[in-house]
Amino acid sequence: MTNDVDALAQRVTAAERAAVAEALNLTEDRRPEAHARAIALLRSLHASRADLRAHRVGITGPPGVGKSTLVSSLSRTLRSRGRTVGVVAVDPSSLRSGGALLGDRARIAPDPADHGLFVRSLATAGDLGGLARSAPMALAVLASAYDVAILETVGVGQSETDVRSVTDTVVFVVQPGSGDALQFLKAGIMEVPDVLVVNKADQRELALRATSDLTSALASLRAAGALAGEVPILATSARDGTGIDALVDALASHASALAGEPLARRRRDGAIALGLRAFVKRHGEAGLEARGGEEQVRARIAARLDEGAIVPQIVDES
Amino acid sequence: MRTYSGHSTPKASNALYRQNLAKGQTGLSVAFDLPTQTGYDPDHELARGEVGKVGVPIAHLGDMRDLFEGIPLDTMNTSMTINATAAWLFALYVSLAEERGVDPKKLAGTLQNDIVKEYLSRGTFIFPPAQSLRLTSDVVTYAVDHVPEWNPINICSYHLQEAGATPVQELAYALTTAICVLDTVKARMDDPSAMASVFGRISFFVNAGLRFVEETCKMRAFTELWDELGRTRYGVTDEKLRRFRYGVQVNSLELTAAQPENNIVRIALEMLAVVLSKRARARAVQLPAWNEALGLPRPWDQQLALRTQQIMAFETDLLEVDDIFDGSRVIEAKVKELRDAAWREVQAVLAGAGGVVGAVESGYIKERLVASNAARLGRIERGEQIKVGVNQFAQTEESPLTARGSDAIFTVDPRVEEEATERLAAWRAARDAGKVHASLEALKIAAKDGANVMPASIACAKAGVTTGEWAGALRAIFGEYRAPTGIGGVSSGQGGSATDAAELDAIRKSVRELGVMLGRNAKMLVGKPGLDGHSNGAEQIALKASDAGFEVVYEGIRVTPAQIVASAVEEGVHLVGLSILSGSHLELVPEILLGLRAAGLARIPVVVGGIIPDEDARRLRGAGVSRVYTPKHFALGAIMKDLVALVREANA
Repeated sequence: MTNDVDALAQRVTAAERAAVAEALNLTEDRRPEAHARAIALLRSLHASRADLRAHRVGITGPPGVGKSTLVSSLSRTLRSRGRTVGVVAVDPSSLRSGGALLGDRARIAPDPADHGLFVRSLATAGDLGGLARSAPMALAVLASAYDVAILETVGVGQSETDVRSVTDTVVFVVQPGSGDALQFLKAGIMEVPDVLVVNKADQRELALRATSDLTSALASLRAAGALAGEVPILATSARDGTGIDALVDALASHASALAGEPLARRRRDGAIALGLRAFVKRHGEAGLEARGGEEQVRARIAARLDEGAIVPQIVDES
Repeated sequence: MRTYSGHSTPKASNALYRQNLAKGQTGLSVAFDLPTQTGYDPDHELARGEVGKVGVPIAHLGDMRDLFEGIPLDTMNTSMTINATAAWLFALYVSLAEERGVDPKKLAGTLQNDIVKEYLSRGTFIFPPAQSLRLTSDVVTYAVDHVPEWNPINICSYHLQEAGATPVQELAYALTTAICVLDTVKARMDDPSAMASVFGRISFFVNAGLRFVEETCKMRAFTELWDELGRTRYGVTDEKLRRFRYGVQVNSLELTAAQPENNIVRIALEMLAVVLSKRARARAVQLPAWNEALGLPRPWDQQLALRTQQIMAFETDLLEVDDIFDGSRVIEAKVKELRDAAWREVQAVLAGAGGVVGAVESGYIKERLVASNAARLGRIERGEQIKVGVNQFAQTEESPLTARGSDAIFTVDPRVEEEATERLAAWRAARDAGKVHASLEALKIAAKDGANVMPASIACAKAGVTTGEWAGALRAIFGEYRAPTGIGGVSSGQGGSATDAAELDAIRKSVRELGVMLGRNAKMLVGKPGLDGHSNGAEQIALKASDAGFEVVYEGIRVTPAQIVASAVEEGVHLVGLSILSGSHLELVPEILLGLRAAGLARIPVVVGGIIPDEDARRLRGAGVSRVYTPKHFALGAIMKDLVALVREANA
């Protein structure tokens, strides 16, 4: 198995479209043997530090704010600057049918001749929160193959925290006139993202107001000592292309400010929580007891993360 | 009286028109092929398989000359079904008239030019909604000033009904479209007092279904609401200018591929709705061919459509009497019910959903249409709505009309595309490249500066610019639009009755079990290759499949075979479903099969749905397609069971 998994890992790091797709299929596969192969693949990618080379960007926000259209413009602009891009777009599954309509690809409309842009739609498949179980693993695969790995998901609260634990830069997208982000920030439901985007900025008046509301919310958080660094607030319009270049610049400068600080350490707490939930989902409470209780498992996940692993599920292999 | 026609080449279409005029047809209704409708030249990648298929290809002024050879433009009434590129085809027509020394003021006819329903149903849009509506209003204002006898826009509720709209939705969305166009024109006009003449030039293209009593009431509701709108919103005082002028193509949605001869009766009944009430009578009636669900109509089929109208007009006493419904309480009450409900929905779009542009961009209207259609299909599948010869009375004698196989329908010669490409190359070689470049630059400037694009487009036409170049220049300025698919947040409307719910549960269980076997949920790609934008089938399959428990990737319309192959690879799907209604299945499907094979996905089952003759279905299956579904496969539940079995087999 090792040889065959290593060969796949090699092809993934070479960004071979079919190999990346096969690896992603594996990360979604729930059969024990396939899951073991997925874990082996992620370890192989991690052993060569391939999974650390990309800039991982989380794009999140309430439904309907135009995230996938934004991801589309963002990917195009990144491609025009010579960066390769992998996207995982997560959509909710229906709890009733278990099925899902995955519509992001329609908006991103990737060019089939361009092997430097890869898009995978993922359904949450009944997992709690907005993040699919396999999303962190999928992101690790894409991060091993492309310069920028984007995780797009609906979410505030738990899933937004989950996104934070597996990405370098979290972009929270709002649309003018909704006031959602403002409420979330004030109420402390939402951690302050790394970049705030007011999308649909072609609605000029509303966008200006949303921007100034967010600015003052951040200022009061800063005054209360709840915010240290700068959080850029950008107005974008996927419709007329406004602000996309500025967003790419903001992402790049956030990435360079992080340089040298390993993702696993930065996002340690969130990643431990995510890993623990993944563990319980897979092995149940009984599994937790069998492995010495919650504290033991927590410590093992932490140790894994401190070794540099950034996919919480890696703990599954034990 | 006219039939919608055009095919293959401008010369062949010209011969057909002259034949129809000789038989007593009183006007021309030009059908353009999909590349012309979506602004591509015949040599473009996306045009492959589509040239000359659903209409005539017009790439430049030379093609227009051939199309109208020997037809007097000053006395002809020409209707053109063209939308995203309406300004361009109009520019070509005006240029041809000027070239022949005909005063544009004498030109009479109609441009469809209704872009809103393209986003909602028909799919041949190019630019984003706001920019498209600006082009629409450029054509309207230009026509009012320079080609006063022309109907510069024909608002189509027709296609809304084909997409599943209820009569109320049809009324509401056609009227909101009209309001949106009128408001846009008003905002761009120097002289607001000219609004009355603009209002008077707006005509409608309406659908009529088999429920002809309700449809008659719908037409009366239309005339009343339009009159009121003219009076109150636009201050039109001249009663004549407030008259609701409309043409009709009766419903094709209700026509069946099973026992197609029954459609002859359906078509005649549908026609009643738009001729019975004198106060709400159509000015022009077009009838579909009885066998259109089987392929392109032949001249003989078109003759039958024309004869049906002639019998109604000349053999019955209908035209001798006044309105036969005036004073009927039943009709009045029904009209009021439709009016009130429609007006509420008009308000919902204007006030709640951000007007038509907002309601198109957010998918508000599209979602409602998809839901109505899902409900309709559900009723047919459950047998609550009877379709004779389909879900009831399906036993049949063999038909002598369709027994002859593929030669019983009309097909396009595959060399048509090659010839169009050659003609285009010759045209490009013979023109003055400097003039072409300069006229295109002027067009871009007009587009950017907000000037009316018509004069610049006419200059382009005369300089020898091609359809693809004209649209390309505007694409560079306006950008290209991808419409919402309308299938988020809609359920397929199944699960009503107990047996129905039990069937759905059984299907869901089998999809779940399939997921266990596969190790992850079954995932399918719904692809709509080519330029055909009729997305009903693809939407309903996507909806039903997700309701059955599949993870469904639907990319929307107008994707290339290469895109479909790349999506199948990247998305890791277990099955590919293709929907094609333009008749290009024999070109597009094999290309996709080859692509999948080259990408190492030969084992993924591919199914195809569309208007596909038996002969072609055999060929597709021979090429490796697992199943071919045609309109006679109305039971979506059965299709789902099929798909589960196919995936199971392929992964056993």
